[in-house]
Amino acid sequence: MSEPVLSVRGLSVDYALAEPVHAVREVDLELRRGEIVGLAGESGCGKSTLAYAVNRLLRPPAEVVAGTVTFHDRTVGDIDLLRLRGEELRRFRWRRMAMVFQGAMNALNPVLTVRAQFEDLLRAHRPELGTVARRQRAGELLELVAVDPRRLRSYPHELSGGMRQRVMIAMALALNPDVVVLDEPTTALDVVVQREILREITALREQFGFAVLFITHDLSLLLEISDRIAVMYAGRVVEEGSAGRLFDHPMHPYSVGLLNSFPSLTGPRRELHGIPGRPPDLAGEQDRCAFEPRCPYARPVCGEVRPPLVAHPAAPGGTDGRAACHAHEPRVYGEATPTALLDGEFGPVAAAEVVP
Amino acid sequence: MTVHVLTATDLVKDFPLRDGRAARTLRAVDAVSLELRPGETVALVGESGSGKSTVARMLAQLVAPTAGTIALAGQPLPRRTGHHSRALRQYREQVQIVFQDPFASLNPFHTVDHHLRRPLRIHRHAADRAEGTEQVHHLLERVGLVPPARVAGKRPHELSGGQRQRVAIARALAPRPRVLLADEPVSMLDVSIRLEILNLIDRLMIEDDLAVLYITHDLATARHFSARIMVLYRGQIVESGPSDEVILRPAHPYTQALANAAPDPRARRHAAPRPDPPPPVRPGPADGSGCLYRNRCPHRMPICDTPPPTVAVATPDHRARCWLHHG
Repeated sequence: MSEPVLSVRGLSVDYALAEPVHAVREVDLELRRGEIVGLAGESGCGKSTLAYAVNRLLRPPAEVVAGTVTFHDRTVGDIDLLRLRGEELRRFRWRRMAMVFQGAMNALNPVLTVRAQFEDLLRAHRPELGTVARRQRAGELLELVAVDPRRLRSYPHELSGGMRQRVMIAMALALNPDVVVLDEPTTALDVVVQREILREITALREQFGFAVLFITHDLSLLLEISDRIAVMYAGRVVEEGSAGRLFDHPMHPYSVGLLNSFPSLTGPRRELHGIPGRPPDLAGEQDRCAFEPRCPYARPVCGEVRPPLVAHPAAPGGTDGRAACHAHEPRVYGEATPTALLDGEFGPVAAAEVVP
Repeated sequence: MTVHVLTATDLVKDFPLRDGRAARTLRAVDAVSLELRPGETVALVGESGSGKSTVARMLAQLVAPTAGTIALAGQPLPRRTGHHSRALRQYREQVQIVFQDPFASLNPFHTVDHHLRRPLRIHRHAADRAEGTEQVHHLLERVGLVPPARVAGKRPHELSGGQRQRVAIARALAPRPRVLLADEPVSMLDVSIRLEILNLIDRLMIEDDLAVLYITHDLATARHFSARIMVLYRGQIVESGPSDEVILRPAHPYTQALANAAPDPRARRHAAPRPDPPPPVRPGPADGSGCLYRNRCPHRMPICDTPPPTVAVATPDHRARCWLHHG
C-alpha cells in the first residue's frame, strides 16, 4: 500500500444563497500514489463541487466552509491547498494536480489549433522550453494518447468527440502531475470510444504512476477500473471501500440500488428496478439519513439520527472501508440486518412518483 | 398471424454536404427495413452518428425519406404529406414519439395540463373540458405521477428529469397510438431512474398492446427490454434477430465489438485480458463499394471490398450482413 498523495478531511462546501445549499458535507477522501479512486454518484450529489473545491476552482457563491485539502509533496512536504494564493497557486496548478472537465470536448478553444492550446499551456508552465522544444513536447503528448501528431494543426471542430477528449487528457498530463482528476471523462462518448479512453488512462497510469480521481455516475465502469470507490449521496460519502468489496458486498442501500440499476449484458434476465424518488433538497440541515425516504430498509431511527460513516466489522467485508447506514448496527437499528440487504437486493419503495 | 402495425421498407436518407467547393452526399440511412408488431418492443442499437435518430424521425414523419416506403397497418403512406393534412394528423394519432431530452421536448411556458390536453383536442378525444380533465388525470396516473390534480398545474421546470420524461410519455399516449417510437428515452436521465422509466414503457406496451421501437446505444437495456434487436452501423442494419441471440451470440464483428466494449464489473475478476477495441473510425465518404466496417474489422478478407449480403446465422430469424457467414 503506497503513501497518500492527497488527503481531504471534513470538507464542506456551501452555495451561499439566500438559503445556503450544503452541496458537500464533511467529506473525507484519501488518494494514495498511483491509485485509482472512483467517486460515484448522480446529479446533485456534490461530486463535481468536491472536485472543483479540491482544485481551487470554486466560484462564488460556492465556498469552502470547513475542512482541509492537503497535498503530500515528496520534496517539500505537506501543502495546504486551500491556503495557496497567487504565484504559489499558479505554480502548483497543473504541475502537481491536473483536471479533465466534464464535457471536456467543449472545453477546447474553438478558434485555436490544438498546437496553439498546447503552446498556451507550455509557455505558462514550462517557460524554459523554446519553440521547437514546445512543438516536440506537444507532439509527444498527442502520441501518448494515440492521436496522430499531425493533428496539431487541426481545430477542435475537425476532431471527433473521442479525439477531443484525448487531447484534453494529453493536456492534463503535460506536466507529469501526481494527481489527475477526471470529471465524467467518457460521458457522451460511445461505448467503444469510451473503452479506448479507459485503456489509455490505465496504460498511462501504469507508465507514469500518477493517482487518478475518477468521477462518474457510471458505477459499473468504476467497478472495472478503480482500486477503491466512494459513493456520494446528497453531499456526503455514504459508502467507501475497495472496488471488489463494493461489488461483492455493498453495504449501503443506495449502493445496492445503484448496482441494481445496471442490467447485466450477459447474465440471466431478471426483474430490474432503479431507485424511485429523487434526492433531497440540500438546503435544510437535518440530523437524519438523507436516503431514508427512498430506502426499502428504513426504520424509525433512520429518520431521527444521521448514521455515521464507520466500519461495520460484523458485516461481510465490513472492515474494508465504511458505510453510513444504521442497518448494519442491529442495536441501533432495532433488529438484525435484513437478509435482503446482505443479498444485494433493492425492492423499490414507491411505484408512483408523488409530486410535492 | 401477427399483423405488422408499422413497416418500413428500404428507407434511405441522404444529406447534402459541402466539402470545400465540392458537393457530396452523406447517406445517413442506407436501405433500412423494419417491422413493428403490437405488444412487442424492437430495439434499434447504434453509436451516435449511426443514423438511428434519423430512422426515428422518418418513422415519425418529421423528416422525409429520400427513398423507401413506410406503411401503417398495411397502408403505404404518400411520401409527401402536407404539414397540416388530414393524412398526417391521422398518422400522428397512431404513431407517437418520445424524445431523448426531457428538458427540450416540453414547452417551459405551459403547464402539464396544457401539454396533455392539446393532443386530446387535436385528435378530438375529449367531448368537453370535464372529459378532458378526466383523461389528463387518468394519463398522469398511468405514468405514475400523483396526485394528478397537483401535477397537472405544474410547469416543466418544477419537475425532475424523470418526471418530465413521464409527462412526455403521457403526452405520447394521449391520442391512443398504436406505435411508440422511443428515441433514447433515458440517456439523459440519472442512472437510478432509467430502469423505472423503461419499466413504465414496458408496462404500457403490454397494457395497450403497443408496438414499441426502442432506440438506444445501450446494449444491456436493449437486451432486457426488447424481443428483437437490430444493430445499425453507419446507416446500415448489420445484424438483427432475437435479443438474446444477438447479444449472447453476436455474429457481426461490430456487434461483437460493442458487446466487448460494454463495462462489465465481473470482468475485473477474469484473468484473460479483454480483446483490443477496433481502431478508431475515420469518418469518410459512404463507400458503396464494400463492407462499411472493413477498416475496423479484425476478420477482414479480400472479398470484403464487395458489399456483403445479409444472411441467416444459426437460426433463420438471426441475420447478419457479413461475408464471414456466407456459404
